[in-house]
Amino acid sequence: MSTLTCLVVDDSRVVRIVARRMLEHRGFSVVEAEDGEKALAVCRAQMPDAVLLDWNMPIMNGIEFLQHLRAEFGPDKPPVVFCTTENDMSYVEQAIAAGAQEFIMKPFDEEILAGKFAQVGLL
Amino acid sequence: MSAGFNAISAMLKARSGLIVGPDKLYLLETRLAAMMRREGARDLDALADKLRPGNALEHEVVEAMTTNESLFFRDTKPFDALRLRILPRLHATRPAGAPLRIWSAAASTGQEAYSIAMIAAEMGAALGSRRIEIVGTDIAREPLQRAREGLYSQFEIQRGLPMQLLVKYFSKEEAQWRIKPALRAAVTFREWNLLADLRALGQFDVVFCRNVLIYFDAPTKTRVLEAMARQIAADGVLFLGGAETALGLTHAFHTAAGETAAYTPAAALARVA
Repeated sequence: MSTLTCLVVDDSRVVRIVARRMLEHRGFSVVEAEDGEKALAVCRAQMPDAVLLDWNMPIMNGIEFLQHLRAEFGPDKPPVVFCTTENDMSYVEQAIAAGAQEFIMKPFDEEILAGKFAQVGLL
Repeated sequence: MSAGFNAISAMLKARSGLIVGPDKLYLLETRLAAMMRREGARDLDALADKLRPGNALEHEVVEAMTTNESLFFRDTKPFDALRLRILPRLHATRPAGAPLRIWSAAASTGQEAYSIAMIAAEMGAALGSRRIEIVGTDIAREPLQRAREGLYSQFEIQRGLPMQLLVKYFSKEEAQWRIKPALRAAVTFREWNLLADLRALGQFDVVFCRNVLIYFDAPTKTRVLEAMARQIAADGVLFLGGAETALGLTHAFHTAAGETAAYTPAAALARVA
């Protein structure tokens, strides 16, 4: 099986590094973007197999990115897993409505990340 | 091994079936560390001296050693089997009005029992008006209390639980997440020792007894399996953990065709029930 690529979108360099390590450990190749706008550019150039997505970011936040992504490329691909400090039910509901496949609440560990990726069929 | 270790190990086997061999000394010391500090017991010998048959401390030691990790939808296969094949089959073959009864036999903090309840709730119309009774039992009181409260940490609700089910069946309470009342009401939790008489629990159609037998010695495994066989309907199913088997321990079960780690009672024992 060829290596799957995951786009990690987070304005925190530390979170990107941590997520990269966990994903690479699980066999993914990782590309990074620090806001939604840059993430859209990555997707337009070469669509990743999965997106791990922060919510609060400058320029374009995670939910806006997801709405653009789904409008431009269809309803369910690539799978998008939110990974955010937002942990109220309303955020999970918004994520579902916008077409996210799963939702991770920070802080997270590799077990949670891998579990969520398994749930959406990526592992 | 010290006399204290041997005494505690023997008590655990007698009370719960749990086997704690010398290779598990670290486990005993780790799990009992807080209790030993509180009791001013500097080692296992000192703790063992304070144990009396049936006293609160002895009960606490049993609880500490038998409480195991639980997560929602742990290993997805049994839950898929339940949803896609077992419940539809049982629903189709049972008379209208007869409830289907499902037992989570080492319920701990309740995640397995509530996962089953979510599956039944999600199946909705496919089960018509069929009542699904879910019973969760455990030897340990404290985790069962948590199970009844249905209150879970952010960490716990992120392990195995799909977000759609989180939104549907939980509500947030400050930093924690509580199972909604309707789902809580679908599950009954009871304190029960698997080594005790199981007959009062009644007959079940599906039993989840996963990752429990691994802690027992072979004669205890056989005894528990045969007692369970008498509580499972002839066309019912027992799920064991992925690393467990009933084969070679008893003739009370056959493997369930097409399923993983699933067993059906052998006819002879089922008739005895």
